[in-house]
Amino acid sequence: MLFIAVALLAPWLAPFDPAANDWTSIRQAPSAVHWLGTDDVGRDVLSRLLFGARASLYAGVISVVIAFCIGVPLGLLSGYYGGILELVISRIVEAVLACPFLILAIAFAAFLGPSLDNAMIAIGIAASPIFARLTRGQVLAIKTEDYIEGARAVGASDLRIICYYILPNVITPLLVQATLTIATAIIAESSLSFLGLGQQPPAPSWGSMLDTAKNFIVQAPWMALFPGIGIFVVVFGFNILGDGLRDALDPREAR
Amino acid sequence: MSLSFKRCGLILAGTAALFTKVAIAQTLTIGLAEDPDMLDPDRGRSYVGRVVFTGMCDKLIDVGAKLDLVPQLATQWSWNDDQTVLTMNLRQGVQFQDGTPFDADAVKYNLERSLNLPDSNRKNEISAIDHIEVVDAHTVKLYLKSPFAPLLAALSDRAGMMISPTAAEKEGADFSRHPVCSGPFEFDQRVAQDKIVLKQFPEYWNKDAIHLDEVVYRPIPDATVRLANLQAGQLDIIDRAATADLERIRGDSDLKLESAVSLGYSGITINIDHGPQADNLLGQDPRVREAFELAIDRSIINQVAFDGEFTPDNQPLSPDSPYHLDRPLPARDVEHAKALLKEAGVDHVDVELMVTNNPDSMRVAQIIQSMVGEAGFNVKITASEFASMLDRYSSGDFQAGLLSWSGRADPDGNLYAFLACDGTLNDGKYCNSDLDSQLKVARRSNDMAERQKAYTAVGDILLEDRPILYLYHPNWFWGLSSRVHGFKPYPDGMIRLEDVSLD
Amino acid sequence: MLGFIVRRLLIALPTLFLITLMVFSLQLLLPGDPALALAGEERDPAVIEAIREQYHLNDPIPVQYAHWLIAALHGDLGISLRNREPVTSLIVDKLPVTLELAILAMLIALVIGIAAGLVSAIKKGSRWDFGANVVALSGISVPNFWLGIMLILLISVRWGWLPASGYTSPLDSLAQNLEMMIMPAVVLGTAIAGVMMRHTRSAMISAIHADYVRTARAKGLSERVVMLKHALRNALVPVVTMGTLQFGELLSGAVLTEQVFTIPGFGKLIVDAVFNRDYAVVQGVVLFTGTVYILMNLLADLLYYLLNPRLRA
Repeated sequence: MLFIAVALLAPWLAPFDPAANDWTSIRQAPSAVHWLGTDDVGRDVLSRLLFGARASLYAGVISVVIAFCIGVPLGLLSGYYGGILELVISRIVEAVLACPFLILAIAFAAFLGPSLDNAMIAIGIAASPIFARLTRGQVLAIKTEDYIEGARAVGASDLRIICYYILPNVITPLLVQATLTIATAIIAESSLSFLGLGQQPPAPSWGSMLDTAKNFIVQAPWMALFPGIGIFVVVFGFNILGDGLRDALDPREAR
Repeated sequence: MSLSFKRCGLILAGTAALFTKVAIAQTLTIGLAEDPDMLDPDRGRSYVGRVVFTGMCDKLIDVGAKLDLVPQLATQWSWNDDQTVLTMNLRQGVQFQDGTPFDADAVKYNLERSLNLPDSNRKNEISAIDHIEVVDAHTVKLYLKSPFAPLLAALSDRAGMMISPTAAEKEGADFSRHPVCSGPFEFDQRVAQDKIVLKQFPEYWNKDAIHLDEVVYRPIPDATVRLANLQAGQLDIIDRAATADLERIRGDSDLKLESAVSLGYSGITINIDHGPQADNLLGQDPRVREAFELAIDRSIINQVAFDGEFTPDNQPLSPDSPYHLDRPLPARDVEHAKALLKEAGVDHVDVELMVTNNPDSMRVAQIIQSMVGEAGFNVKITASEFASMLDRYSSGDFQAGLLSWSGRADPDGNLYAFLACDGTLNDGKYCNSDLDSQLKVARRSNDMAERQKAYTAVGDILLEDRPILYLYHPNWFWGLSSRVHGFKPYPDGMIRLEDVSLD
Repeated sequence: MLGFIVRRLLIALPTLFLITLMVFSLQLLLPGDPALALAGEERDPAVIEAIREQYHLNDPIPVQYAHWLIAALHGDLGISLRNREPVTSLIVDKLPVTLELAILAMLIALVIGIAAGLVSAIKKGSRWDFGANVVALSGISVPNFWLGIMLILLISVRWGWLPASGYTSPLDSLAQNLEMMIMPAVVLGTAIAGVMMRHTRSAMISAIHADYVRTARAKGLSERVVMLKHALRNALVPVVTMGTLQFGELLSGAVLTEQVFTIPGFGKLIVDAVFNRDYAVVQGVVLFTGTVYILMNLLADLLYYLLNPRLRA
C-alpha cells in the first residue's frame, strides 16, 4: 500500500527532477543533498527510485491484467467445452509453458520493440498460460456440480452459465494467482529492462537503473543497492498480499 | 640396489624435465570484449575477429605504430607510373601452418578468393583489382581497373591475410572452424563463447620474435568482470578496459595500462535524404544541424560518459592520421543555437535519436538529450538492440542515430562508404557532388600531398554540411598484468604478439 | 505403467510440434534481418545477399520450416549462422555448464528448503517458523540478478573471497570451477529454496496430522523417528515432484544468472543468439529445453506415482 502511495505521489515526493542532470556531480555517494547519491549522468537516485516505482507498479499490474484477459477466457472455453477445443488449447498452453518464460518475453519484447508498454505486453502474453491452465482446472472441478447442471436444465445459454455460474466460483484462486503473478511480473519487467528491452531512457525504471548500475558496481554501489531493495520490498509485499488473500479466501488452504 | 637408485634417478630427472618444461611453457591469456564470429579472414565480420587473426594470420603488409605501412609477407612493393600495376616481392622461405609453401600462387589464390567468394566481406575493399599475375615464385603483379590508393591499406588488413590454399580447398565453407594461416600461432581449438586457443607455430619465419607457447583468447563481455579476472591473475591482458575502471588499473601496482587513440569514431548520423523520415528540419535545414551541434559540449560528453579518457573531436579521422584536420572544436553556445532555430523559423524541433542499447551509447544519448534540450530540441531516445537498429538504418527508418565505426588505417575507409553518393554505408543518403569528387580524387592518387589537399577539402565541406556530427574517438585501453613484457599499443587496436613475453 | 508412459509421450509429441512451429514463427515476428545482423559493420549488400542464399533465407518460411523439421527429425539441428558451429555440438558444449549450475543450485535449494521446511513445520507457529517463512518469502521475492550483483560486490570486490565471475571447466581445475560456480548456484538456488521450504512445510504439516503418523506415535516410537522416518518420507513426495518441475524452470532461470556472472552456458547461448538473430541456434536450443521441460514433467508424474504407495496399489 505504501508502495502504491509512493508510486502515485512520486512527483510531489521527489526532491529532484528524475531526468535532470548535474554534470558536476557524477556518481556521487549518498549525501545530505542527494540522499541516495547520484547516478552515472548526475541524476538524483532517490528521485529516480520514486518515479521508477510508477513504472514497476504500472508494469506489474497491466501485464497481469493482460495475462488474465488472455488466459482466463481460454481456460474457461477449454474447460467448459472440452473436446477438440480443449485439446488444442491445452497443447498450445503446454507448448508456451515449455519455452523458457524469459526467452519468450525477450523474443516478444524484441519483436514489439523495446518500450515499457511492449515489455508489459510481452510479459502478459508469456504469463497467460498459467492463468489458462489454472482456470481450466478449476472449471473442470466444478463443471459437474449440481447447480451447473441445474442451470443447464432450465435452459440457460452457455455464455450465461459461464458468466453467472462458473466465473464467480473460480475467480478466487485466480485473484490469488494474479496477486502472486504481479510479483513475478515486476521481476520480469526489471529483468527485461535489465537486458535493455524495457523502459526507455531517460525515464527511470528499477530494472533499467540496475542495468546501468551493474557497470559501476565498484565505483558507485549505491546505484545498484537501492533499486534492488525497492524491487525486493515490493515483490515481498505482493507475495504476502497473495498469501494473505489465499488464506482469507480459501479456508482449505489455511494453515 | 644400484639399479633401483638409477631408476629412481631417472624418474627424478624425468619429473624435473617435466617441471622445467611446465615452467617454460608460456601461455598468454587475453580477455576480449566479444566472442569473434567466423575465423575466416574473407568472411570475418567483427572487430574482435581481427584481434584473433593478428595472432594467427600474417598479412602482405602490416601497419606500424604511426599508421605507416611496413613489410610483413611482402618485403617490397612498387607502383607503375600510372599507378595501375602494383608489383609485390614476397618473403622467401615462408610456409603455412599445414606445411604448404607460401608463394606467388598462394597470393593469387588468396586475392581471388577474396574477390570471388560469394559471401566475401573483402570484395569491396579490393574490387579495384582487375587480375593478378604470377611473375615468378616470389613476385606478383596486381593489375587494377583504375588507380586505387586505399588498396595498400586493405592489404594490411583482412584482405591481405594469407590463408593456406590447401586448407581452404579442403575445408571449403567450413574453413573458419579449422583456419590455417602463416602467422606466429596456429589454431588449436575453439569453444564458442568460452575460448579460442592458439599454439606456437614452430616453422614461423619470424620465430625469434615469438616468446609465447600458447595464446588463449577468452570472450568476457562485461568490462568489470574482465578487470576482476585480470586482477585475480586469470587473464594477462584485457582488451577495451572501461574508462570508469582506468583509475583502478593505474592505482594497482600489479597492473599496467596501455592506450592508443583509435582509428574509429562515434557520431550522430543524420538522415538527410533517405525516405520520408528525412523530411524534418534536422535533415533538411543545415542551420538546424548547426544549432544542434552548438548545443552540444563534446568535452562534457567525454567527461561525464567516459571519465575524460576519450578524445573529443569533430573530425572523422583519428588525430594520429597524417590527414587529420586541425579545426577547433566549436564552443557550446546555447544562445546562438536558439538564434539559429529562430532563423529557421521555429523555436522547438522534435528529433528521434536512435541508439544501440549498450550502456555507453545510452549514456552519451542521455547527455546529448539533456544538453540540446536547453536549446529547444525535444529529443526522444529510441534504444534498441543492434540487429533491429541495423534494419532501420538500412531502410532509412530513422531521423538521427548514434553510430560508431571501428576505423580503418586509410582515410578512405572512414569516409567513402559513409559519405560518397554511392557509399554502401551512407544510411542518411547524404550526397554532395563536390565532396564526392574530392573523395574520388583522393582514391586515385598515391601522392600524399595531393590526397591531403583532397581530404582537407572533404573535411571542410563536412564541417559545413554536418551529415554526421562527429563526437569523439574512442581510445583503446589495454590492462596488462605486470608479468607481461614487450606489449606495444597500436592505433588499429590489434594485439600484436611479436616480442611479447611473460615473467 | 508402461501404457501410462507411452500415453504421456504421445501427448508430448504435438506439444513439441507446436513448440517448433512457435519458435519458427518467431523468425517472422522478430524485426531485423538475420543476414543484415550477420553481415558485420561493413553491411555489404552483396554479402547480405550471399548470406541469404547460403542459408536459404530467401525461401518461403514454410519451406524453410519443412527443411528444418525434416533435418531435426534426423537429429540435425543445423549450423549456427554466426560461426558455422553445428547447433547440436553447441548444445553439447554448453549443456554440461548449465547442468552443473542447475544441479548445484538444486542441491542448495533442496538442502536449505527441506531443512527449513522441516523445522518450521515441526515448530509450527513458533519464532522459528515465522523466521523461516520470512526467509523463504525473501528468497522468492529477491530478483536473482540483483542478488548476484550484490554478492559480487560484497564477496568478490569487498572481501575478495571468490572470483567475481567467469568459468573454468571442471576438467581443467575442479577447485577453480567450484569457486566460480558457488555464487551463481546460490543465487539461482535461493528462489527455489524458498519454494521448496514452503512445500515441505505444508506437506509436513498435513503429514503430521495423518493417521499413519499418529499410529507410529501410538506405537511408542521416538518423536525423532516418527518425524524423520514416517512423516518426512511421505511429505517428500510432493516436494520431490515439485523439485523435478522446478528443475525445468531452472534452465530458464539460468539465463539471467549466466548473464550476470558471464558463464558461457545455455542461457548466454540463447540470449546472444536472439540478439544476433542466429535463428538456427534459437530454434535448436528452445526445442531442446522444451523437450527437457516436457520430460521433467513426465518424470515428476512418474516419481509421484512411484513414491506414493497409495497410488501404486
